[in-house]
Amino acid sequence: MSGIKDRVAIIGMGCTKFGERWDASSADLMVEAAYEAFEDAGIEGKDVQAAWLGTVSSFRTGQPLADALKLDYIPITRVENACATATDAFRNACYAVAAGVYDIVLALGVEKLKDSGFSGLAVPEAPGSDVNPPVPPPSQFALAATRYFHEYGIPFEEGKQTLAQIASKNHHNGTMSPKAHFQREVSAEQVANAPMVAWPLGLFDCCGVSDGAAAAIITTPEIAKTFRDDYILVKGIGLSVGAFGIMRNDWDFTHFPESVRASQAAYQEAGISDPRREIDLAMVHDCFTITELIIYEDLGFSPRGRASEDVESGTFTLEGDLPVNTDGGLKCFGHPIGASGIRMIYEVYKQLQGKAGQRQLQKADLGLTHNLGGRPGSFTCSVALFGTRD
Amino acid sequence: MAGIAAFGAYIPRYRLGASTEGWGSRAERSVANFDEDSVTMAVAAALDCLAGRDRQDIDGLLFATTTPPYAEKGCASIIATALDLRRDIFTADITDVLRAGTTALKQALDSVAAGSARQVLVIASDNRQGAPKGEAERSSGDGAAAFIVSSEGVVAELEGFYSLSENMMDVWRSAGDPFVRSWEDRFAIEEGLDRILGDAIAGFMEKQGIAARDVGKLALYAPDGRRHAQLARQMGFAPEQLQDAMFGRLGNTGAAFVPMLLVSALEDAAPGQLIVAASYGDGSDVLGFRATGTIADGRAGIGVAGHLGSGQNLDSYETYARWRDVWVTDAASRRPQAQSPSVSALWRESDKNIRFYGATCNQCGFVQYPPQRVCVSCRARDDSSPVRLSDRPGRVFTYSMDYLAGTTDTPLVVTVVDFEGGGRALCMMTDRELDEVKIDMTVAMSFRKLRVVNGIHNYYWKAVPQRAVASEPVPAS
Repeated sequence: MSGIKDRVAIIGMGCTKFGERWDASSADLMVEAAYEAFEDAGIEGKDVQAAWLGTVSSFRTGQPLADALKLDYIPITRVENACATATDAFRNACYAVAAGVYDIVLALGVEKLKDSGFSGLAVPEAPGSDVNPPVPPPSQFALAATRYFHEYGIPFEEGKQTLAQIASKNHHNGTMSPKAHFQREVSAEQVANAPMVAWPLGLFDCCGVSDGAAAAIITTPEIAKTFRDDYILVKGIGLSVGAFGIMRNDWDFTHFPESVRASQAAYQEAGISDPRREIDLAMVHDCFTITELIIYEDLGFSPRGRASEDVESGTFTLEGDLPVNTDGGLKCFGHPIGASGIRMIYEVYKQLQGKAGQRQLQKADLGLTHNLGGRPGSFTCSVALFGTRD
Repeated sequence: MAGIAAFGAYIPRYRLGASTEGWGSRAERSVANFDEDSVTMAVAAALDCLAGRDRQDIDGLLFATTTPPYAEKGCASIIATALDLRRDIFTADITDVLRAGTTALKQALDSVAAGSARQVLVIASDNRQGAPKGEAERSSGDGAAAFIVSSEGVVAELEGFYSLSENMMDVWRSAGDPFVRSWEDRFAIEEGLDRILGDAIAGFMEKQGIAARDVGKLALYAPDGRRHAQLARQMGFAPEQLQDAMFGRLGNTGAAFVPMLLVSALEDAAPGQLIVAASYGDGSDVLGFRATGTIADGRAGIGVAGHLGSGQNLDSYETYARWRDVWVTDAASRRPQAQSPSVSALWRESDKNIRFYGATCNQCGFVQYPPQRVCVSCRARDDSSPVRLSDRPGRVFTYSMDYLAGTTDTPLVVTVVDFEGGGRALCMMTDRELDEVKIDMTVAMSFRKLRVVNGIHNYYWKAVPQRAVASEPVPAS
C-alpha cells in the first residue's frame, strides 16, 4: 500500500457564493464553481478527462454535470455519502489520478436546498415502515450535547457558554469571507440566549442550510508543475463508516469513533504524529456547535473532556495555535451538503497559497478538512490533509 | 366453572380538570394523549392485566369498543400482536354499542364454559369524542379494562347473567360522524336508561333468586353521578353497595365504563362478595361474579386505582383541541408531506415494530434492537434468539427536546433508552412533563399511534415515564 501522499495535486479550485441563491439553479451553481476552477487552473472544460459529481439530493446521476458544462462524452460518476459527499467525490477523483488512469479530472460538489420551501433538510427517503423516530439533525446532535455535559459534569449554563464561543468565533471568521452565507458578528451572549431548536441546542448552535457548489481540478504533481508553482498536494485521506453503533450500550455519545478512525487513517498516511502541533489549520464539520467541540477531541487537538479549556483560551481562533473554520465553517459559510467538503478544501487551498485575504493565516503549510455525515451511531466521516509543495 | 382469573385497567395520564385553562369545569375527565386510541389503550390495559403471566396460555382475544380506528380491518389482531400472543388464537372485534364490553365478557365466559378456549383475554377500550364544549365532551372519559377469562385460577366466578336487547335511539354516531349525538335527555333517561337497566337488573335478580341486599357491589352504568345514585336507589340498593363510578374524576369511558367499574370493584372485593356488573346500550347485559378466596391474586398491575391516582391536569383546553384535531393548527415549519408507510415493510417488520422484539446473540449474549442478521458485537451471522423488550423497564442514557420536529407534542422528546438486561433503542418519549425528563430516569414502553397516513394507523412503541404505583386504593368520593 503506497497511499495517496504526494501522489496527486490540486491545480485549480472554484467556489460559488453560498447562501439563499434564489437566483441560481443547480446548473448555474455548477457552472459558477467549475469555471472559477478552470480559470484558476488555466484549463478549459475540454481538458477534463473524467469527473465526479457529489450531491445528496439535487441529482441522481452524474449526467447533469455534463449537461451544465457541456463535457464531451467523458466518464462522470455521481457520488453520495451524506455530509461527506463532496470529500468522497474528491477522494475518488484522487484515486483515479493516482492509479494513472487519467491526467486531469474534476471533482465538483453541488447542492440546491432552498427550493424545497422548507427551512430544514428535506431529503426524500426510500419507502419503509416509517416507525423510526422523526429525529431531525439538531436533535441527533443534541443527544450528544446532553450526554457530553452530563459525562463531564458541565453545568448547563457553562456548557451553553462554551458552545456559544464556538459559534461566535465562526461568525467572526465569516465576516471576512465574502462568499459566506452569513457575514455578521454574533456575540456569545446572543448565541447562548437564542431560541431553542433542539434542547440544549439553540438557533445559533446550528449551521445554515444553503445553496452552493465547489470544484477542484486534480492532476499528478508532475503535470501540476507545468501549470503553476503553488499547486497543493494531497497528504492523506481517511474515510470511516460506522455500523449503527448506537445499538451498543457502550456507545457513549461523547465521542464519534468515525472521526477518530478517519483522522487516524489520514494522519498515518500523511505521517503525522502530533496533529495539534503539526497541523496549521482545520476546516471541520461544525454542523452544530457541539459537533465542533467533540471534533476537537476526536481529531486529537484537545484531551478528552477538556476541549472547553482550549475554547476558553482561544486556541481555535484566527490568532490561536490551531485556527479552526477560518472561513466561518458550516455555521457561517453555509452547508449545501454535497458541496461542503470541497468548500473546506477550497479554504485550505487558498490559505496554503496565501490567498485567503483578510483572514489569511501567517503560517499555513499543512491543512485539514473533516466532514461528518449521518447521525450519532452511524456516521460517514472523511478527513483529508493538504500540504504545500516541498 | 368459568370466571375471571385476572384483571387490569388503563387510564391515560392526562385529565381535563380544574387547572386546565379553558376547560371551565371543576369536574375531571381522563383524556387520551394525541398518540393514544382505543387500540393503544387496550394494549396498555392488557399489559396491566398480564403482568407476570405467561402470555402463551391465551387462546383468544376479544376487543370491545365503539371507537375502532379502522372501519374495515381488525383491531384485535393488532392488539394480539402487540401483546405478543400466539398466532393460533381466536380474535374478534366487538363494536358499535356501549355495552360491547360486557358482551365480549359474556362471549368469553361462554367460550370457556363450552370448553372451546382455556383462557380468553377480554379488553374493552374507548375514546369517544363529544362535540367541542358540549355535554358529551364534558362527561366522557377515555380508558380501558382487561380480563383474563378462564376456568382455572378463577378469582371471581361467574354466578349468573341476564341480557335484554332493545332497539333504542338515545345515543348514536353514524358512520362518518365525528361526534356522538343524543336525543333529549329526559326521554333518554326515562324510557332508556331507567326502564331498560331497571328491567335488566330486576330480571337478573329474579333469575338468580336474589334480592338487592344480596349484592356486594353493583358496577352500574349511568351517564352521570346524579342518575347513577338515583337509579340505584330506585332499585333498592344502598349507597355503599354502589361501586364508585368515579364521576368527576374519570368520565364515562363508553364501552369500557362498566368493565372498568367491575375491575375497580374486584380490586377491593372481599372473598365471597357478589359483584354485579350492569351495562347499557341497545339493551343491557348483567353479569354476576362471586369473589373467591384468591381474589387478591387477580390484580397484577396498578389497575384502576393506580392509574386514576397517577394522573395530572392538562395545561389547557387548547392542547386537548389540538390532540383531537378539533383545532387544526398551521405547521409553521412547512415540513414536506408525509409519505404512506410501505405496507410490505410494515408486514416484514411486524415482530420488530409491533411485538417490539430485539435479538439476543446466541454466541456472545449481546442484546440488540432492532434484531440484526450479523451481531453488532461479535459478528456471528444469523444466530440469535428473539427477546421481547416491550415489558422491560429502561433507563434514559441521553435525550433532546426538539422544537422543530413537527410533532403534535412540541417539543418532541427524543431519548436513547438502555433496557434492563441489555439492548438500546432510540425512542420518542410521550406522556412526559419536560421537567421530569432526566438522564437515568426510569421509563416503560408504551404502544402508541405514530401517525395516520394513507388511512394506515402506524403503531409503534414509545418510552413513557414510569407511572407511579398507588400505594393505596383511591378513596371513594
